[in-house]
Amino acid sequence: MAISMNWVKDYVDLEGVDLKDLANKITKAGVNVEGIISNKIDNLVIGYVEECEMHPDSDHLHVCKVNLGDKVTQIVCGAPNVRKGLKVIVACPGAVLPGDFEIKKSTIRGVESNGMICALYELGLEEKTDETYSKGIEELNDDAIVGEDPIKYLGLDDTIYNLDLNPNRNIDCTNHIGFAYEVASVLGKKVTMPDVSTNPIKDSIKGKFTVEVDTENCTLYNAKLVKDVVIKESPDFIKQRLVAAGMRPINNVVDISNYVMLEYGQPLHFFDKDKLGDKIVVRMAHENEKTITLDGKERTLNEKDVVITDGEKTVCIAGVMGGANTEVDNNTKNILIEAAIFNPFNIRYTSIGLDLRSEASLRYERGLNYEYTSLALERACHLLEKYADGKVLSDTITVDNVKKVVKEATVTLDDVNNLLGMELTTKDMENSLNNLGFSYEKTGNSYLVTIPNRRLDVEANSADLVEEIGRLYGYDNIESKLPIGPTKPGKYVGNVAFRKLVSKRLRSLGLNETRTYTLISEEENKLFDYNRGNLIKLPNPMSSDKVIIRQSILPSLLKVVDYNKARNVKDICIYEIANVYYNEMDEDTKIAIAMRGNYLVNNWSGVKVKVDFYLLKGIVENILDYLGFKNRYSFVVNEINSMHPGMSAEILLDREPIGFLGRVHPNVKKDDIFVAEFSLNKLTSKNVKPIKHKEPSKYPEINKDLAFVVKKEVTVGELMTQIKKSGGRLLTDIDVFDVYVGENVKEDEKSIAFSLTFADPTRTLNDEEVMQVFNKIINDVETKMNAKLRG
Amino acid sequence: MKDLEKILEELQSKIVNVSSMNELNDLRVEYLGKKGSISMLSSKIAELPVEEKKTFGAELNKVKMTANELIDSKKNEIETKELNEKLANEKIDISLPSTKVTVGAPNILEKVIEDLEELLMSMGYDVVEGPEVEKDLYNFELLNLPKGHPARDAQDTFYITDETILLRSQTSPVQIRTMLANEEKTPIRIICPGKTYRRDDDDATHSHQFTQMEGLLVDKNISLANLKGTFDIIAKRLFGEDRETRFRPSFYPFTEPSVELDISCFNCGGKGCNICKGTGWITVGGAGMVHYNVLKNCGYDPEVWTGFAFGFGIERLTMLKYGITDCRTFYTNDLRCANIYDRKDVE
Repeated sequence: MAISMNWVKDYVDLEGVDLKDLANKITKAGVNVEGIISNKIDNLVIGYVEECEMHPDSDHLHVCKVNLGDKVTQIVCGAPNVRKGLKVIVACPGAVLPGDFEIKKSTIRGVESNGMICALYELGLEEKTDETYSKGIEELNDDAIVGEDPIKYLGLDDTIYNLDLNPNRNIDCTNHIGFAYEVASVLGKKVTMPDVSTNPIKDSIKGKFTVEVDTENCTLYNAKLVKDVVIKESPDFIKQRLVAAGMRPINNVVDISNYVMLEYGQPLHFFDKDKLGDKIVVRMAHENEKTITLDGKERTLNEKDVVITDGEKTVCIAGVMGGANTEVDNNTKNILIEAAIFNPFNIRYTSIGLDLRSEASLRYERGLNYEYTSLALERACHLLEKYADGKVLSDTITVDNVKKVVKEATVTLDDVNNLLGMELTTKDMENSLNNLGFSYEKTGNSYLVTIPNRRLDVEANSADLVEEIGRLYGYDNIESKLPIGPTKPGKYVGNVAFRKLVSKRLRSLGLNETRTYTLISEEENKLFDYNRGNLIKLPNPMSSDKVIIRQSILPSLLKVVDYNKARNVKDICIYEIANVYYNEMDEDTKIAIAMRGNYLVNNWSGVKVKVDFYLLKGIVENILDYLGFKNRYSFVVNEINSMHPGMSAEILLDREPIGFLGRVHPNVKKDDIFVAEFSLNKLTSKNVKPIKHKEPSKYPEINKDLAFVVKKEVTVGELMTQIKKSGGRLLTDIDVFDVYVGENVKEDEKSIAFSLTFADPTRTLNDEEVMQVFNKIINDVETKMNAKLRG
Repeated sequence: MKDLEKILEELQSKIVNVSSMNELNDLRVEYLGKKGSISMLSSKIAELPVEEKKTFGAELNKVKMTANELIDSKKNEIETKELNEKLANEKIDISLPSTKVTVGAPNILEKVIEDLEELLMSMGYDVVEGPEVEKDLYNFELLNLPKGHPARDAQDTFYITDETILLRSQTSPVQIRTMLANEEKTPIRIICPGKTYRRDDDDATHSHQFTQMEGLLVDKNISLANLKGTFDIIAKRLFGEDRETRFRPSFYPFTEPSVELDISCFNCGGKGCNICKGTGWITVGGAGMVHYNVLKNCGYDPEVWTGFAFGFGIERLTMLKYGITDCRTFYTNDLRCANIYDRKDVE
């Protein structure tokens, strides 16, 4: 919101007030003045064109001798309207014009030029349009004094505050009177309201015009008639102030409507009375009702939109946009002014629905002060009388259904000091209330405060008053105190601690933590389709790459792999733990891992641990063992979407599937990427035995090696299960030290070599009993697994 | 006797030139072996007169001992020499690159979250996370943001079903859930870190997915001064012991009064620089006293209970703390940056 401080000066005495200092004070009190723009430009003077000759080497440039008061200088000017005897604005060398354009001494086609004769738009004082451009340089009146500051002469020496408003203050601080009250609060001054007096003619609106309100969504409708207006240009001060506040001047009538809105915050609507007729009916629109708005577009309405009608046809979409059929134009003579309040929710609904959010609609939807509605109407009449030669008809038509509740709340000094933790005195508190312009009645310690209607954001509650008192008094005076009261040590609630343990373990295993987006594309969502639930798809996504709330993290991890590969990072070990969602509120936390390249490498020395299935399996096992699940999990072959059918497995915990691991299918990614994904929630829900010490055996172990030849389809896992079963209690460890196919082994067979360890924790084993077990193993495996001991 | 001395001299002169173990062994055999020249002399004892036997025997033993000493010392010398040669041969170039032993790096946002968690848990706050797919009721309505409230504009939200289920736009619903779930209505101290979502286009300072951490304390006799005391500790922990803090009046629908949380600029110390945009202060979060309507909505009587709530954007804190200028950095996961964060912070 842009506020013209020249305008504010109409309502609050700012004599001697430093506007930079004021901006700081206002910001500290909670209304953030984000920027201060001053129109002042150095090295700008009023000049008099004493001579004006054509440039010898150009068909449009002129060479001028310009009197600047203290000297006469030569300036080359390209404007068509430059001529001898004109008073003009001269930017001398050193002047910096908007856009950081510094004026320097120069030579234009061989002729020296010591400055620039300016148009208003070049000084940022007017918008640059075709119209202002074709106007050429600004021609000042004869009363302009050569050598003086032209901006001051034009009355444009304004200071503009750019406000960055919070949603509560964009009700009252988006108009100049409201902001003037804030200024007055901070400075401890009073506000003078603008002149709303008129000299109405004898004719009354009553009997000539009727207003009917057929909906509860219009709580106030005031109307006045102004006759015989003359449409022309607005006076300079109105134009300048509108420009300062960021609006474009159009003509006196339209400008007055905008001016009053920027003054009171109350939007007005002007109808061409002669096009409108004698009647207004406010009602809800019919479903699919169509109307043409003043931008010439047809709009389709529904039952939630409030419309203004002439009893038959719609003449205005209430609070949003007027109709083309009753628009004020250059021939308009008689005006019906509407000053109304509509239900903010309806205006919000309509303006968002039609994508027609305007300065007016925003003000309606934030809420309006009904006291200003009639004042704004009177003010508009006052200005029309003064600047548009209008004749104001006496009386006002009013349909008033506003519930006028006096907003009162009680606040005590204790309320203030208890909530703020400060030590204000009664006097501090009364000062703040007085400066705010909140009246109060004091009974004992308690203050019954009346909150003015202009502060719609302040509710009738002591906390709201405490905030107002506190912000004016200043939070700088708050002393830091820690809360007292019994304290227990903080803890992680739910599965958070568990997740962090897994996360740290994965990091200690060399995997880097990533963070990727929850929303993914439909294409990505097709990958790794494993044990899915119902999908959540956004009905109104922002873009096609953010449509689905993911149920697998792996598509995102593959993207991270690609991103890094493209940047020449070859060895990639990453993981992410994140929530995934099924149905609407069904949540799971998943652990996802992706790896490629080398896990450990030293190129010159030849140390190289390549990422493969077995490395990833080791990482998954390490995590599960760490969490206490040793001997409770297994890996089984199962076809999994997007995974290499021969290099992947499902992970079972207590025989129940929790996820999968393996190599990504070459159709998905050509290079060797190994991934795993499993449910964290399925891990947290399990009971685990406490850690218990186990003494290592004091007695010697006996090692024996053997190898079996089996059919290729027999898995090592099956062999080991049989060996363990046959080995019984004395077989304490089993390892595979060779897997061989090739010479001396048939084409459909393989040889697996095992190293077996035997021990008894209570005594030394003798060879004979070990041989007994060893032979049993050989015998069992040969007969049950169709294997042959390799000689 | 002369023979003995002569033999010893001979051995001494020969041993000087010995340079290997083999030569030394040969020498040992030549003099001390069974048929060695010294051993041979002992057979001469028998031929000597009785009175000379004793002295000769003693002399011979002395010579034997000296010869043994000479050989042993030469042996040591050779062994040392050989070991030194071996060691010299084993010399490596210690300037060659190491075998990189690494652990994984944390995501930098997680690092900042855990730093705050550790601090606040020590102050009695529980860490509570909540669902990212959330009800409008918890994300807005019970937070004093009824449907159609203009303040909802500031949080352009991803709706999943028509106005009832959404991707949470803030972590505040966890506060609501915690207050509602606490049936005994006892004091509460929680922090809620987590992912949040708004319909913003991703650029250097906006992200449709971002991370917040909110804190809530509900108890009796809690004031804005308690919030300030708590914020002081957080600010110093994150941005250094010499940080000063400031409250600026602000607005949030769920707090009353509401404040912006500012810290004195850690870069310029308050003089004004481009990080603090010349003001000497940096806004790092928002906070306030829990709104009476929110307390009421969650079953806490605002006449009895007061509380404060604060919220930080973790991305913003992290950007400030580590000098990151583009918040998309957090989500691209460029591993070339990973090792930057795999280290302890400066205290």
